[in-house]
Amino acid sequence: MTELSKSGAAVGEPTSTSPAPSAFLEVRDLKVHFPTDDGLVKSVDGLSFQLERGKTLGIVGESGSGKSVTSLGIMGLHTAGQYGKRKARISGEIWLNGTELLSADPDEVRKLRGREMAMIFQDPLSALHPYYTIGQQIVEAYRIHHDVDKKTAKRRAVEMLDRVGIPQPDKRVDNYPHEFSGGMRQRAMIAMSLVNNPELLIADEPTTALDVTVQAQILDLIRDLQKEFGSAVIIITHDLGVVAELADDLLVMYGGRCVERGPAEKVFYEPRHPYTWGLLGSMPRLDRDQQERLIPVKGSPPSLINVPSGCAFNPRCPYADVPKDNVTRTVRPELTEVGDEHWAACHMSQEQRERIWTEEIAPKL
Amino acid sequence: MSVPAQSDGATLTQDAAPGETLLKVTGLQKHFPIKKGLLQRQVGAVRAVDGLDFEVRSGETLGVVGESGCGKSTMGRLITRLLEPTAGTVEFEGKDITHLGVSGMRPLRRDVQMIFQDPYSSLNPRHTIGTIVGAPFRLQGVEPEGGVKKEVQRLLSVVGLNPEHYNRYPHEFSGGQRQRIGIARALALKPKLVVADEPVSALDVSIQAQVVNLLDDLQEELGLTYVIIAHDLSVVRHVSDRIAVMYLGKIVELADRDQLYRSPMHPYTKALLSAVPIPDPSRKSAKSERILLKGDVPSPISPPSGCRFHTRCWKATEICRTTEPPLKELRPGQQVACHHPENFADQAPQETVLLSDAKEAAELVPDAVLEESAETSAAVAEEVEAEGSAENRTEGSAESAAEGTTEAAEGTTEGSEESTEAAEGTTGAAEGTTEGSEQSAQAAGESAEAAGTGAAEESAEAAGTGAAATAETATTDESPAKEK
Repeated sequence: MTELSKSGAAVGEPTSTSPAPSAFLEVRDLKVHFPTDDGLVKSVDGLSFQLERGKTLGIVGESGSGKSVTSLGIMGLHTAGQYGKRKARISGEIWLNGTELLSADPDEVRKLRGREMAMIFQDPLSALHPYYTIGQQIVEAYRIHHDVDKKTAKRRAVEMLDRVGIPQPDKRVDNYPHEFSGGMRQRAMIAMSLVNNPELLIADEPTTALDVTVQAQILDLIRDLQKEFGSAVIIITHDLGVVAELADDLLVMYGGRCVERGPAEKVFYEPRHPYTWGLLGSMPRLDRDQQERLIPVKGSPPSLINVPSGCAFNPRCPYADVPKDNVTRTVRPELTEVGDEHWAACHMSQEQRERIWTEEIAPKL
Repeated sequence: MSVPAQSDGATLTQDAAPGETLLKVTGLQKHFPIKKGLLQRQVGAVRAVDGLDFEVRSGETLGVVGESGCGKSTMGRLITRLLEPTAGTVEFEGKDITHLGVSGMRPLRRDVQMIFQDPYSSLNPRHTIGTIVGAPFRLQGVEPEGGVKKEVQRLLSVVGLNPEHYNRYPHEFSGGQRQRIGIARALALKPKLVVADEPVSALDVSIQAQVVNLLDDLQEELGLTYVIIAHDLSVVRHVSDRIAVMYLGKIVELADRDQLYRSPMHPYTKALLSAVPIPDPSRKSAKSERILLKGDVPSPISPPSGCRFHTRCWKATEICRTTEPPLKELRPGQQVACHHPENFADQAPQETVLLSDAKEAAELVPDAVLEESAETSAAVAEEVEAEGSAENRTEGSAESAAEGTTEAAEGTTEGSEESTEAAEGTTGAAEGTTEGSEQSAQAAGESAEAAGTGAAEESAEAAGTGAAATAETATTDESPAKEK
């Protein structure tokens, strides 16, 4: 998102006095809006979810659905820097381990960032500084949060590089990012983000830029590290295969909002939102017999400036006319519970969706 | 949909019937020189494409997969002649186009078109859609029936865009729509062959499916032939009839789609397939099926000796380090370049000592996979033995013929005789040799091909003994077959 780099951001209004939640991470009604010349871009528009330690949440959606903006919002990275007059407007609550981040002092958040929560970015080449060695960058990340001398920190850096599977870590620690291959850079990034044992790790499209064989290595690594460190992981991707590998819970985003959320098995096997059906139908699958045809979602993703009224998905939804009174075009559907811990935002009744899924969609997949 | 005849049909050649060879590539190489110093002396070369042999048949879709840096895009640019090959030949409809100049290629540009990966950089931002899609007509001096504008609008509607968008600029379109514009441009001159380099990888999942379906429909309606280059194995499976798997500038396996995905024979193909994440959460724990490759792809500047995959292969033995396995048809419709293929009888059974690299690599391969692979190999071997017992003598004679050549030749010849097709093969071979009793290398090659393996020829090549040995092998085949 280019808007991101241009706009600084304001810390949201110190919000309601609702009690601290018991969950490790809880996001309540998060909104991130960017004012632009063309209008207000509602990148994230009312998102809520929870995540426990040791669990993995997968966030899926198309480009522009607000996945990355959400992750940057949690990390508090919209507030960093202030270029020009425009700011991101952030509201809602983000509770991490009993601390509300949006109303907290920026210095407080800075202490948490890196130590309590860390992020793996999509493109390691642009996320690593080309001018410093890999070692220097990891050492810096470590010394900000730990009062140790450079030698100890470097030892720690070598240890981390070794842990993420970089051969000859004691030599490679002095290499520059351009001397690493794509997969190794991503490993180095992971080493850097884990150097402080963060409890929350956000991976934003960690494998999109990588080949499948390297992707398999990295996914394996993330899984093993999570077991070892017991962190909570948010994995953001557009690849349903990747989330199926890693995620315990799944959150499907469309037009800045959550359209379906639930345990991964539920969302994959009993999806209750037409957009999720669309995603599942669009994918050619290796584990099934050859499909005759893919079932794409018609049209293209909505503009976040003019999000369609009513259900944001209604112009692309083949079932938009199923609910009566044109309600899909006028009323925005709220998330309703459709099963155990399984939520979906759709105007169709439970029975209608269940029938459509089992009779019309599932047989074709 | 009917395609209006173009008034200018100067270069119209007879269309190849479906199934005929449209494009034939032999020994194709592209080395990019690395220059250094003041004098720009060449100090090395990136061997991006290093010896490819394949053909594309009219009406089919050939998928090309491989990791980044394996040379698949370079291959696409070579066959469309956007790059000049270093060696080898490219034949299009029987015409050698390897070294045609710009003007020589111009008439052919009509028949061979390309769809590019990035719909953002492949459209000129200062031109309207009408100009972009109409450019091929202007460049080729073609005046379509009813005028360029009408034809462009028709093309836009064919690819699912609104014809009224004729005067818009690329920035007004989304990624998926831009890719459709690129497709419309490629189709303007009714090409025979369309080379699509990663046509959907820059698109969102839901849009990806739209474009894949569009390519499908267009192929059906216009009888197009595609070469689709992609790294996404599930997309490639969906669109292709045959698939070539590339590794470091070489094709390691070329097979019919279903065969390739059901029983991959090259270990690299197997690893590649197992690495694809399956969108099924219940299989999350089924990590046991995944083959992790160690390390990264080696540099194409100095590729490994012998089989290029031996540094990461869990089955590599000494022969893999020293001898490059030829790409040969082990099963009908499945060509593989491997000494120790999966799901098939070992091509070099005398080699049992694993390289130290292989031992390391094997640690990353789940035991279940190793066991399964051993089982299938054993099963195939048994099957072959049962069927091949009648051919025992043939085998013996073939082996004796191959004696004196290197191990590779021996291994491969033996393998060819052991193949399940041996029974029909020998008869075929006999016919081949009687016909070509001049014992020309070609006749021998033919007979070997008839044996469903093509091994005799290639093993001889690998051994460097030339055609003589091949002919000899084939002749020895003759006698037992006649007795039979």
